[in-house]
Amino acid sequence: MTGNLLNLAIWVPILAGLIVLATGGDQRAGVARWLALAGALAGFIVTIPLYTQFDALNAAMQFELVAPWIASYNINYHIGVDGLSVLFVILNSFTTLLVVIAGWEVIKERVAQYMAAFLIMSGLINGAFAALDAILFYVFFEAMLIPMYLIIGVWGGPRRVYASIKFFLYTLMGSLLTLVAFIYLYSQAGSFDILDYYRLPLGMTAQVFLLIAFFFAFAVKVPMWPVHTWLPDAHVEAPTGGSMVLAAITLKLGAYGFLRFALPIAPDASREYAWVFVALSLVAVVYIGMVALVQSDMKKLVAYSSISHMGFVTLGFFMFANGMLNQYAVVGAIALMVSHGFVSAAMFFCIGVMYDRVHSRKIADYGGVANKMPIFASFFMLFAMANAGLPGTAGFVGEFFVVLGAVQVNFWVAFAAATTLIFGAAYTLWMYKRVIFGEVANDNVAELQDVNKREFLVLAILAIAVLGMGLYPKPFTDVTLQSVNHLIELAAQTKLQ
Amino acid sequence: MDMKTIYLLIPLAPLFGALVAGLFGWAIGRKAAHTVTIGGVAVSFLLSAYTLKYLLGGGEAFNGTVYTWTVIAGVDFNVGFLVDTLTAMMMCVVTFVSLMVHIYTIGYMSEDPGYQRFFSYISLFTFSMLMLVMSNNFVQLFFGWEAVGLVSYLLIGFWFKRPTATFANMKAFLINRVGDFGFLLGIGLVLYHFGSLDYATVFQQVAADPAGWQAKTITLFAGHEWNLLAVTCILLFIGAMGKSAQFPLHVWLPDSMEGPTPISALIHAATMVTAGIFMVSRMSPLFELSDTALSFIMVIGAITALFMGFLGIIQNDIKRVVAYSTLSQLGYMTVALGASAYSVAVFHLMTHAFFKALLFLAAGSVIIGMHHDQDIRNMGGLKKYMPITWITSLIGSLALIGTPFFAGFYSKDSIILAVEHSNLAGSGFATFAVLAGVFVTAFYSFRMYFLVFHGKERWMSAGHSHHHGDHDDEEESHDHHHGLGPNDKPHESPWVVTLPLVLLAIPSVVIGFLAIGPMIAGDFFNNVIYTNLEAHPALEQVKHHAHDALAMGLHAFMTLPFWLAVAGVAAAYLFYMVKPDLATMCDRFFTSIGIKKLMEEKYYMDHLYINGFAAAGRAVGTVLWKVGDTLLIDGLVVNGAARVVGFISGMVRKLQTGYIYHYAFAMILGAILMLSFWLYVWGVSGVFSN
Repeated sequence: MTGNLLNLAIWVPILAGLIVLATGGDQRAGVARWLALAGALAGFIVTIPLYTQFDALNAAMQFELVAPWIASYNINYHIGVDGLSVLFVILNSFTTLLVVIAGWEVIKERVAQYMAAFLIMSGLINGAFAALDAILFYVFFEAMLIPMYLIIGVWGGPRRVYASIKFFLYTLMGSLLTLVAFIYLYSQAGSFDILDYYRLPLGMTAQVFLLIAFFFAFAVKVPMWPVHTWLPDAHVEAPTGGSMVLAAITLKLGAYGFLRFALPIAPDASREYAWVFVALSLVAVVYIGMVALVQSDMKKLVAYSSISHMGFVTLGFFMFANGMLNQYAVVGAIALMVSHGFVSAAMFFCIGVMYDRVHSRKIADYGGVANKMPIFASFFMLFAMANAGLPGTAGFVGEFFVVLGAVQVNFWVAFAAATTLIFGAAYTLWMYKRVIFGEVANDNVAELQDVNKREFLVLAILAIAVLGMGLYPKPFTDVTLQSVNHLIELAAQTKLQ
Repeated sequence: MDMKTIYLLIPLAPLFGALVAGLFGWAIGRKAAHTVTIGGVAVSFLLSAYTLKYLLGGGEAFNGTVYTWTVIAGVDFNVGFLVDTLTAMMMCVVTFVSLMVHIYTIGYMSEDPGYQRFFSYISLFTFSMLMLVMSNNFVQLFFGWEAVGLVSYLLIGFWFKRPTATFANMKAFLINRVGDFGFLLGIGLVLYHFGSLDYATVFQQVAADPAGWQAKTITLFAGHEWNLLAVTCILLFIGAMGKSAQFPLHVWLPDSMEGPTPISALIHAATMVTAGIFMVSRMSPLFELSDTALSFIMVIGAITALFMGFLGIIQNDIKRVVAYSTLSQLGYMTVALGASAYSVAVFHLMTHAFFKALLFLAAGSVIIGMHHDQDIRNMGGLKKYMPITWITSLIGSLALIGTPFFAGFYSKDSIILAVEHSNLAGSGFATFAVLAGVFVTAFYSFRMYFLVFHGKERWMSAGHSHHHGDHDDEEESHDHHHGLGPNDKPHESPWVVTLPLVLLAIPSVVIGFLAIGPMIAGDFFNNVIYTNLEAHPALEQVKHHAHDALAMGLHAFMTLPFWLAVAGVAAAYLFYMVKPDLATMCDRFFTSIGIKKLMEEKYYMDHLYINGFAAAGRAVGTVLWKVGDTLLIDGLVVNGAARVVGFISGMVRKLQTGYIYHYAFAMILGAILMLSFWLYVWGVSGVFSN
């Protein structure tokens, strides 16, 4: 039964997506919307027991399920979650629910297809987080690209074709190498079971090549500097819902890849080359922080801000001191992944709210929005502050612990990372000032209407999440602790012989 | 009610008020909004007073957890309270000033459309400040620290339509973030080396082995070992430099005057800006162990105390004079910290909170009376029209300059005594700075006082022609013009405005006399603030004087600071009442030698930040974006790769012509090449040798 919980998390949204798809053309858009909402709600509800029944004191895989799939190659339908993945399954289903509400009346064309794409993608993402078989993971990981490609390519902005192809090729190129890595690991272990790889002895050369393969797959997804340039384009062209899922969830899958594959499978190489990851992460925090500062397009700005925050995440993952990962840094990074899920989704939703009214993402086209949309401005303030890592909001928790962890490893790394306190506040608040404060800037702003009930609902839910996690992060960090300890153990072992 | 419930209620009551007024202010209206927030703060104040009484009556200090925020690596991060005499004193100051400001706001903001929002913010501020001072650990301290920064940001930008206000609030937030950057790293070092962020655990560890901790080093640059506690304390103090506006992170405070006057009194004079002073005092067990850090603190404080005082002399905006005075006084407190006289710093913090809040609120009252003209050159003779504001301002000014028996006298003289007896590097300069500062303080305070309340009634001639610069309050909310019209007369403010003035004037007179005995000489801060009297004996000297407040006041008439203050007042009287030509002459002299320009540009610090750091940040960002991302990564690598693929496939495509003879020719060519290759290989390997 418990294994079926995960099955439900994967297949309920996919099934719901197929049903929504079956409603067909836009003459039945209303039905499609309500069906999608029901499906997303069901998809979210089935993930709740994953949290309530999760044994936080146990580092092992839970809700496990194994069924043979392609027996001749020993490929199994093997799913399960631990403290590293369980939160993301829930976060993903939660975000999908919000996305369905967010797109409610905003999407007017091909409604059923739009909703279906998100639902199906939600199931596939859950699959990728839950997969414990390398091939199964690969299938979900790649399949996920298709709905996102369609979402950007069909419902996107004017340069959607360039953006969607760039997105698709970038990520596909990266992940092809992972497939090679998996086949190599199969040749060594005789199985595609990811957990089998954790204790598999591997020479340094093999580990380095594996690490490079994983790096290309996951660094593109995160994205880490310098393979990040697809993200701003994808965000700018994607519809609001696409941006929300992209920022809140799919980036996390890249970071998750490092936890699930790179660190435990190639621990010696990871330790040896951790400095590369640290250096690239710091570049992301500082370089990208400064690039974000000068953006004139709000979505691009938040996209760059996402890259910068994800730099913090990868930084946290590679904080080795004397061959041991730092627990503060890893837990902080995971907390940051969750909080960034809330905050980035909220930021993109806020931009979407304004875009729906003014049809511009340019900062220069706004000014004085607070005069016309005070409720919206208040919510946006909260999320902007969370993006800047204000204590009491979700955004603080992860950044705080990553910096505390980094101090224990290398003071100057922490020093460089902590500049985000300044850059993060600078680019977020400067944007906020130019968009929200001031006199009413133009006729478009003068005609703005404050948020409607649907938008209020999404904003309020996200606000509760952001404040809740900020004021009481224990429920989020507790579930990860044992699995992080286990990961630290795995990453500290040597596989050389 | 047990004490823990009381301690919980103290911050939660204002939070409740803030939430009600903020979320439902639109529904419940103005009166209900101010009633609920004032009620919340009043409850908080009464309970704080009760707490103080309880502790003075021998009650136990409280140190306990409210809830566990999170647990990582086996370390608990809690939300919890430490309520001892230091906390209780801060709670009383914060809630009392806050209550006064709440009441005052009814009058000051009466015509503002953002009335409920304003009440919500100031109650939220009170909550945040209480969380800061009541914390028993670094995490919650940091929460309160940044939360007060947030509310300060919201309130400086309260009139968000004004570009100057939204510039000022962003500047304040970012400069504070620079301080917090150091603060966070300091907290990181504390956790790393002490394994805990609870005050008690950390302090117990240093107390158990002070020499051992003093000997610990940290290597930040290869080959250079630095004292661990010195590095940690300086990093923590950088946080205080941001929040308490110490040079060179002081630049945000004068601009924060863009906010409505009540919050200038509450946040930017009495409470929030003193958080840094409070924090260092709270951490006295750590700071006491590093002479390097203390010297650093003393010098920074001395620079702030003197040089910010100078700038007060040339300000013409009534609020800015008080703002620079606040900077200077914060410098005094910081100097006291550096001299290890933490209790003296906190004592000055308390007296300053009363008389500076009074001066700000009185300035606000003057601004109301002058119909939102803030330029002191347009005032004069107001004592006739605003008697209560006049008397209370005089009391505030006398307290500020350290007139014997007034509150400020006891605290400022104690600081001067402590610095004179400090044995640390930099104390010579600090002594000079605090003494010179006495003259400067007296001069700018009474320059303002004389210009505002005495002399010619200049608003008659000022008319509309050059009233108010860009710093007038409440543009949008007032239909009537700014400044007084030709037939207008200044008028005394309503009772909700004058009552807080009177209530603040009382402690501005008596609190020093009453409190110096217990707070400095007595055992009020025993076991709360730690001073190593053997290493830093300065406080001993202060204690010696402080045990008899009456004698201290009488003795003052024979000391240098008193005569410096008298000289300052006399100079101001001479320049602005008797011989205004002298002031003009001086002005011309200082202009000719370039000093006036230097002061008008505020020592060019704003230029450094705005045209230096901020502009450089944007320029580097643009280069990284345009060159790094767009040109190199995207242009060269990503699209370049695409173009290479496109180019090659274009070439290959051309081979597929569709003509059969092309294919036939290629096949023959291929066959010949293959054959030649194999013939060559066979030839080399000797297949044909026989």
